[in-house]
Amino acid sequence: MANAVAYEQKHSPNYLNATRGIWSWMTTVDHKRIGVMYLVSVLTAFLAGGIFALLIRIEHLTPKRTIMGAETYNQMFTLHGAIMVFLFIIPSVPAALGNFVMPLMLGAKDVAFPRLNLMSYYLWVCGACLALGAIVTGGVDTGWTFYTPYSTTTTGSVTWMTMGAFVLGFSSIFTGLNFIATVHKLRAPGMGWFQMPLFVWGIYATAIIQVLATPVLGITLLLLVMERAFKIGIFDPAIGGDPVLFQHFFWFYSHPAVYIMILPGMAIISEVIPTFSRKTIFGYRMIAFSSIAIALIGFLVWGHHMFVSGQSELATTIFSALTFLVAIPSAIKVFNWVATMYKGNISLEAPMLYAISFLLLFAIGGLTGIYLGALSTDVHLHDTYFVVAHFHYVMMGGTVIAFIAGLHYWWPKITGHMYSETWARWGCALVFIGFNMTFFTQFILGSRGMPRRYYNYLDQFQPLHAFSSYGSFILGGGLFLTAIYLLASLRGPMNAPVNPWGGTTLEWQTQSPPIEHNFEGQPHATTPYDYREVVETHV
Amino acid sequence: MNWLQNFTLPSTGSVFAGEVDSLFWFITWVSVFFFLLITVLIFYSVWKYKYRAGRRTPHLEHNTKLEIIWTVVPSIILVVVFFWGFAGYIAGAVPPANAMEIQVTGKKWVWSFEYPDGTRSVNEIHVPVNRPVKLVMTSEDVIHDFFIPDMRVKKDVVPGRYTQEWFNPTELGTHVVFCAQYCGKGHSDMLAKVIVETQAQYENWLATGGEEMQKMPLKELGAKVYEEKGCSTCHSLDGSKGNCPSWKGIWAGSNKMQDGRTMVVDENYVRKTMMEPGNMLLPGYDNIMPSFQGLLREREITGVIEFIKAQK
Repeated sequence: MANAVAYEQKHSPNYLNATRGIWSWMTTVDHKRIGVMYLVSVLTAFLAGGIFALLIRIEHLTPKRTIMGAETYNQMFTLHGAIMVFLFIIPSVPAALGNFVMPLMLGAKDVAFPRLNLMSYYLWVCGACLALGAIVTGGVDTGWTFYTPYSTTTTGSVTWMTMGAFVLGFSSIFTGLNFIATVHKLRAPGMGWFQMPLFVWGIYATAIIQVLATPVLGITLLLLVMERAFKIGIFDPAIGGDPVLFQHFFWFYSHPAVYIMILPGMAIISEVIPTFSRKTIFGYRMIAFSSIAIALIGFLVWGHHMFVSGQSELATTIFSALTFLVAIPSAIKVFNWVATMYKGNISLEAPMLYAISFLLLFAIGGLTGIYLGALSTDVHLHDTYFVVAHFHYVMMGGTVIAFIAGLHYWWPKITGHMYSETWARWGCALVFIGFNMTFFTQFILGSRGMPRRYYNYLDQFQPLHAFSSYGSFILGGGLFLTAIYLLASLRGPMNAPVNPWGGTTLEWQTQSPPIEHNFEGQPHATTPYDYREVVETHV
Repeated sequence: MNWLQNFTLPSTGSVFAGEVDSLFWFITWVSVFFFLLITVLIFYSVWKYKYRAGRRTPHLEHNTKLEIIWTVVPSIILVVVFFWGFAGYIAGAVPPANAMEIQVTGKKWVWSFEYPDGTRSVNEIHVPVNRPVKLVMTSEDVIHDFFIPDMRVKKDVVPGRYTQEWFNPTELGTHVVFCAQYCGKGHSDMLAKVIVETQAQYENWLATGGEEMQKMPLKELGAKVYEEKGCSTCHSLDGSKGNCPSWKGIWAGSNKMQDGRTMVVDENYVRKTMMEPGNMLLPGYDNIMPSFQGLLREREITGVIEFIKAQK
């Protein structure tokens, strides 16, 4: 039966070969093709950001100059941060994987506004071009946070970069709007809110934040550009402005943006763990509600980036309390995932290996957040490598690892090809070991007092810095290997079965890769993650 | 567990630092416990419930009792951590009434200090042991941050307003200060020292600048000033051109200034450049050097002149 389906697939049209030619891609309104275009684009950005990261780590092999000067170094970490945040992580799961998978999961033919979807993609391209313009016209050395008055007084292409982030913001807002409408209006018959896959809940919570928070970033960056161009005197104290106001505005977006980045990662994990445990998700409603809770409380904690900024003690105290409040839903999710595995029937294919990596790394990222939410310890650790390590555990150990899990999970569905499981395991092992060597070391660097964004550093930190750099080379090697075997799989036969992992959500009911209009006829939804009947797997 | 403390945290320069460390270790052990709990449960499940074709899994949708436990227990721990951190933060935010006040000014990329008696210093403060010190801080350009790891204190130094931090040093010796808020090219060189001394040493330093200041040969003193007072952040000794001219081979040369004057680099030239850098600009350089007017002692200025003479 399985063989017959696989055989027929090779000969049936799918979204990849339904129409041909570059123009058919550039003008497509098919959410799957747009998802693939996003995927290629954000992975290119990931490669660029990753190369900057490796150059930074090479520079830190020695305390003084290794390969670049201080000004180049400052541009490197700025570009690394800005590219990874705005061009890679924020669009990675929602716009790339979410675009492809979510309408399939809902049993829909497309997103609610297919043309808007294409426009979002082109706005991303425009934003990327502006960022590239910033690099070409002199570079930016402000850090991705653009703190005033440094950013209003430094030379370089700050205006280009902020306009790039501004345009990327609109790309993100449009994607969010589109997804909210899609979730509300295009669910298959039989799919109430609590029959939606948890991936959809996660993407939905993310979309709410994208729509509500991103405009604040847009306005803030416009004000910054106007301050530079016309000296309007809102942020620069030399002309009557308030530099700390910028930090409030910036983090009012950028803290919720942390949840724009992590919620979709959590959403992927909520799919992968039940599938490979062949057991229903534990605490469906708690996971769904905690996504919404995180999205809402996440708006009220921005001040925890500013505990040492000189904001009032009262504000600082309230922000600390709210920060602990937002930690609870994340903890609940982790316990739910672990409970899902208990008494399951667990196999360890690549997506599951990455999901387990996620659980361990995200746990460390979350637990180290306690040090930073607590006031007296944060004062010591703020702006040190401890913070750098913490957010890399959450952003990379969390979101990026989950993104790679999702990439492996849906790769057969997206491309129709199976990758080499053996190489995938090696890749995962290298990434896990390299990641921990790189970033766990940085917790210790930070607690010992090493400040972040330092070009030169004291000799006492050299051994730990070097160890961290060696780890980053292993991490880079693991990711490079992953790119190789995934691309190599495209040369093989289009042999992916309809449902290679035994998933229960609707995307596994259509062929791999799906036909242009997703399903033959309108699928009917049932409760997801129901493993009381054995789901047929074709491993 | 002393080795763990020494490996993980800087030395403790005050009683307050020890209190911050207690919370640090409490959070650490709580984290280790929960991390191990999760890890053990995951690996137990992976091992015990390894995939077998055809095995059925129980349909466990939720368990109210369990879910209440794993919501309430972490919440209680976090409430404890919150109040503990809050108590430490408030202690760090309110300096004692008898604290000695030192004014701190940050400017790219030097720290300058002024004592109650008018004594001024650059990139180093001397303080007597066991006496609370309150720093009242502001910046002349962008945001900096005064971070003393050994004291576990840190606060942004913001242009156009005053912020403060305080500490009560209990350990004699030198404690490093970092600028912890990114401020550009020289950010990672914007370091200072807190030198904790006995009352007698401290008073001697206030009156005379300390023993080194009186006895060190001028050229060596100049080299020390070059390294420690921020000159080396911008001025190279090997002829490489950065934001500022190198000191290599400039002595006795003649310079065409931005305003068209031609001047010879002699003692008065160097002194005037240090005190009124804005009036001594060379073509191709921006007006970024801070004035050292009143910040250095006479012997230090002479030392710098001797040091420049020696840069052939």
